[in-house]
Amino acid sequence: MDSNGDAYWKATLGLLTKVLVVWFVVSFGAGIMFKPALDAISLGGYPLGFWFAHQGSIYIFIVCIFYYAKKMGEIDRKFDVHED
Amino acid sequence: MDLQTLTYLVVGASFALYLGIAYWTRAGSTSDFYVAGGGVHPITNGMATAADWMSAASFISMAGLIANMGYGGGLFLMGWTGGYVLLAMLLAPYLRKFGKFTVPQFIGDRFYSKTASTVAVVCLLTASITYVIGQMTGVGVAFSRFLGVSNAVGVYVGMGIVFVYAVFGGMKGITYTQVAQYIVLIFAYVIPAIFISLQLTGNPIPQLGLGSDISGTDVSLLDKLNLVVSDLGFSEYTSSVPGSYLNMFVYTMSLMIGTAGLPHVIVRFFTVPKVADARSSAGWALIFIAILYTTAPVVAGMAKLNLHGTVNTAVGLETDAAGKLVVNPDTVKANADLYAAEASLVYEQRPDWMKRWEQTGLLKWADKNGDGRIQYYNDKTANADAKARAEAAGWQGNELSVNADIIVLANPEIALLPNWVIALVAAGGIAAALSTAAGLLLAISAAVSHDLIKNVINPDISEKGELLAGKLSMVAAIVLAGYLGLNPPGFAAGTVALAFGIAAGSLFPAIMMGIFSKKMNKEGAVAGMLAGLIVTCFYVFAHKGLFFIQGTEFTDLIGGPNSFFGIVPEAFGAIGALVNFAVAFAVDKVTKEPPEHIQHLVESVRIPRGAKAVDGAH
Repeated sequence: MDSNGDAYWKATLGLLTKVLVVWFVVSFGAGIMFKPALDAISLGGYPLGFWFAHQGSIYIFIVCIFYYAKKMGEIDRKFDVHED
Repeated sequence: MDLQTLTYLVVGASFALYLGIAYWTRAGSTSDFYVAGGGVHPITNGMATAADWMSAASFISMAGLIANMGYGGGLFLMGWTGGYVLLAMLLAPYLRKFGKFTVPQFIGDRFYSKTASTVAVVCLLTASITYVIGQMTGVGVAFSRFLGVSNAVGVYVGMGIVFVYAVFGGMKGITYTQVAQYIVLIFAYVIPAIFISLQLTGNPIPQLGLGSDISGTDVSLLDKLNLVVSDLGFSEYTSSVPGSYLNMFVYTMSLMIGTAGLPHVIVRFFTVPKVADARSSAGWALIFIAILYTTAPVVAGMAKLNLHGTVNTAVGLETDAAGKLVVNPDTVKANADLYAAEASLVYEQRPDWMKRWEQTGLLKWADKNGDGRIQYYNDKTANADAKARAEAAGWQGNELSVNADIIVLANPEIALLPNWVIALVAAGGIAAALSTAAGLLLAISAAVSHDLIKNVINPDISEKGELLAGKLSMVAAIVLAGYLGLNPPGFAAGTVALAFGIAAGSLFPAIMMGIFSKKMNKEGAVAGMLAGLIVTCFYVFAHKGLFFIQGTEFTDLIGGPNSFFGIVPEAFGAIGALVNFAVAFAVDKVTKEPPEHIQHLVESVRIPRGAKAVDGAH
């Protein structure tokens, strides 16, 4: 892989790490590990930790994917490796 | 029109639609059969993926399990959606760039070894067949209710229909058929939820309804539900944990990485025109999936309250003059005594839906204390107060058993919704089961006919012979899964979770390392896949029987059930994946690094531009 390719891959992994952190924090964090603590807070009638496990994490997953797809598109163009 | 006729009509019409589409778009060549010629729009693909994805486990079974598990049921919700994030970022775009049709092909080429692709075929078949068993369980429930027959007859009928359906067309037929199926199943799922949310809370949006107060009161629905279930000796709905938080963590992880390792889902991303489309396709798929997945916990919570309210009048639900289930705000607010003698429903006055489900054998009543009333509570509770109150009331054990898999299908009946809604749900359940079974059978047939027979056993096989072998392997898979589905290893969603565990432990790490670790060699990948598969299957079979055959469990050998840190077999795939990664890297360290051209191949797969990394033609 040439240096451009290496830089591209590094940028990809950087974005990946960021999104994976969010993915982990909302599900395993808010939905499981910190669930008992978060339940003290109420959101729309739901205990917050319960809400993350049954609703919230799903919405945030969707945002994660589209954010990733958009940012990857930008990275592709920046390193000039996009399709046509 | 009576319910039975209406159900036949709605289910019949939906079938005619799917078969019609399958016929008009039927596959011509082998390439059409597998991937629809590679020209499907991301939104269309997303919708079809969603239909493919949401099987009997999601539609029929999941909300019922959540109703039983309460908060802990969130592991299905997070697990089966969070996997799409991994799929979109770690696998889909790269596999699309790679340009092969199946997962074993990718593994075979990336790890330059027919052994690797053969091992991948074995992993794929184990996971997919386990998955189809879960579908057959769900199909059995749907057809037994729909035809008013026993669960076993329901499974046989389901086998026949899945067979006709899957063998009829290839992926192209299936892509457009699945769009139709998605539409049917999502309406079937959401409409009853809206009705029930309105009934109980007056809020038409189910996702908000579950957090709302019960109609005409200032009592929060979740608080009421918590109170009712804990009074009856069950664990509190919003805080019941499945075993331990650790088990829930590992279970969720297992479902997530299993999602990203299941071949019938991955193969969907081979069908989009561009790499960029593969990324957004996963997002679209998740949006369509989320509509059901955010509704499911609402269905679960509300169906549970309705079920308790039906058999115990002290909950505060009653049937009005028009035959609808309505809230009685005064009783709800009064927190009336659930153990009062007259609160339990008189068996002879039970609603029709209970009679209908009794025919299937999935709902049973036994009058243990001989009072002719239905007592539904947790008689094995650790809650001393509940125990004492039940004894004082003369209750001699729980009298009602409700199979978790019937909750969703019975849900509109429990809520006494109009007949057309009940008929629609039956059609939706059958659509969900059929679409996924078809997608899985296609993955199975591709693996056997293409990856095993054409690439390994007999490279000279004709295209016709390959198609025939594919269809024969579908038949074998249906018969095997149907047989095992008669005595399933668990509820539909639980069985499907096992399939995810197997995919998580065997395929996901191999695919991921194939992309993210340039130096991973064939020895490492093969050893990893085998180790992951064997470890996962060993733990699963110890609990569920060798190859899921009842009576061959060997939990003693591993020191009792859930002996590994209290982790259930359904959750073990995440541990299998860890073993897989560890073994692969260890073996990789002590063996030769992959040849130069393979490392270049990995580099080209990582970059969107350029031709497909390998020739996609056969």
